[in-house]
Amino acid sequence: MRFRRNKPAVISLCFLAALILLVVLWPWVAPYSWETISDAQFQPPSAKHWFGTDVHGRDLLTRVIFGARVSLLVGVVGAGVAFVIGVAWGAVSGYVGGRIDGMMMRFVDVLYSLPSIIFVIVLLTTLKEGATKWLTSTLGAKAAAQAPMLLLFAGLGAVSWLTMARIVRGQVLALRSRAFVDASRSLGASHARIIWRHILPNVWGIVIVYLTLTVPSVILYESFLSYLGLGIQPPMASWGSLVAEGAGQLNPIRIYWWLVVFPSAMLVTTLLALNFLGDGLRDAFDPKGQI
Amino acid sequence: MFFLKRLLLLIPLLLVISFLAFILMRLAPGGPFDSDRAPASPEIERAIRAKYRLDEPVLKQYAHYLGDLAKGDLGLSTKYRNHTVNDIIVSALPVSMTLGGLAFFFALVLGIPWGVVMAVQRGQWGDYFWGLLSLLAACIPALVIGPILVLSLAVKAGWFPVALWESPLHVVLPTLTLGLLFAGKVARLVRESTTTTLQSEFITAARAKGLSESEILIKHALRLALLPVVSFSAPMLADLLTGSFVVETIFQIPGLGVFFVNSSLNRDYPLLMGLVLLYAGMLLFLNLLADLLLAKLDPRVKYE
Repeated sequence: MRFRRNKPAVISLCFLAALILLVVLWPWVAPYSWETISDAQFQPPSAKHWFGTDVHGRDLLTRVIFGARVSLLVGVVGAGVAFVIGVAWGAVSGYVGGRIDGMMMRFVDVLYSLPSIIFVIVLLTTLKEGATKWLTSTLGAKAAAQAPMLLLFAGLGAVSWLTMARIVRGQVLALRSRAFVDASRSLGASHARIIWRHILPNVWGIVIVYLTLTVPSVILYESFLSYLGLGIQPPMASWGSLVAEGAGQLNPIRIYWWLVVFPSAMLVTTLLALNFLGDGLRDAFDPKGQI
Repeated sequence: MFFLKRLLLLIPLLLVISFLAFILMRLAPGGPFDSDRAPASPEIERAIRAKYRLDEPVLKQYAHYLGDLAKGDLGLSTKYRNHTVNDIIVSALPVSMTLGGLAFFFALVLGIPWGVVMAVQRGQWGDYFWGLLSLLAACIPALVIGPILVLSLAVKAGWFPVALWESPLHVVLPTLTLGLLFAGKVARLVRESTTTTLQSEFITAARAKGLSESEILIKHALRLALLPVVSFSAPMLADLLTGSFVVETIFQIPGLGVFFVNSSLNRDYPLLMGLVLLYAGMLLFLNLLADLLLAKLDPRVKYE
């Protein structure tokens, strides 16, 4: 298989798998809890605290791994929504064409022109009570505490699919009139078959590349919302909120570099791995590729 | 002709957007005067609400708003008392547009060559090195880059002022902070599109003709490789020109971005409406320009 010969992509896949495993298993092996406050404030990295400690004396390594949970989930949800809704919307719009295409794309334009922060605020504030009540009655109080986070996911998802729909529609529009599609149609293939077997395989490349760009932008958007106080609330942590906390501690007198460097490094390494993975998948799925 | 038709189509689109924004904002619980101290008497509260027409049904408020809008009046801000929305926009928009325009220019001038270099060296060490740098630029939020630049270049080295918006020297650090993020994104995009273009048949034909690699790149590939950048640039420029909350907060710049966030948090309905219309109008217009530019660059794209 082409994918296996791409070394950076394989290494990235292993890294991401290891990271997910670490995030899942960490609560059982961690020497510290993510919310335990201690007197050891602003400790530089040492054998005891590998990543140092923060303003409340919490172990930064534990908080970074705990923060991965929220950041990865946010990224996956955003990318998932962009993938499912964006590809379906764009493919139908581009393939059907005409008046329906015009209406579907104007709908995207309108949503796109409304600043996303309005959506998120409206979603978070209007649905909070309702969602909390519903979760309490169906899944219990423990699940209800997660309601704000679920709404955050919904808000981020709602704005993440628009660009994807545009990109896919542009590609499908160009592919629709190609000779191999006409050939398939004249042989009596159904619309579903033409889309699935002939058009979508030519779109996967750009979709995957764009997905690997969606994940970081959703993760960063979450950090922006947390900075405004709308996203993850302390003492919870995400990579974005940790980076923002660290940046807030930057001052000319004492530099607590580890508070910025370690969360940023984890964020960037993960995004790097996602990009290599996307590159590898793009080559593997490209119907024109030779190797 | 096509341009005029699309331009006229923007008006109904903007109306729909303004209507949706109007309704959406009022769906969110809370009102513009929640954080104020309780007024002395119910009469005063009623008078304030009447002044901003908050006592009328929503649809009637919207009709009034459209009437004022037709006269070019965006109304009074509910948070910044005695300031009209027009005043706020007129004073803050030039600042945001200067900063945004400079950052946009910086992002393109840096990002395009960066992406081309990566694409030419695809799969080699140069690609990984520059790729890592471009990802760093695209992934590290302005929240981090801003303070780091201030600490190193302003506080330690003393080359630039720490904050504020006065002389040309004040412009450098905010432009870098804002532009680096987009330069990284443009570089990733150009790398992708240049790679794809270099694999297409007309490039193979150009190679067979005996053109040198640099001639192929500049004369044939770049023109097509820039198409996605044009599409991406329109929303990016609209974002940049209407201000950035984070950069304006870090550097204490009197731009629009701060108003954008604060007006949604404060439920400052008139100010938020004005900003939404400004942003949407700019975005739609720039998208239209991008479409025209695409048709100019790519002879295969045709509009009827």
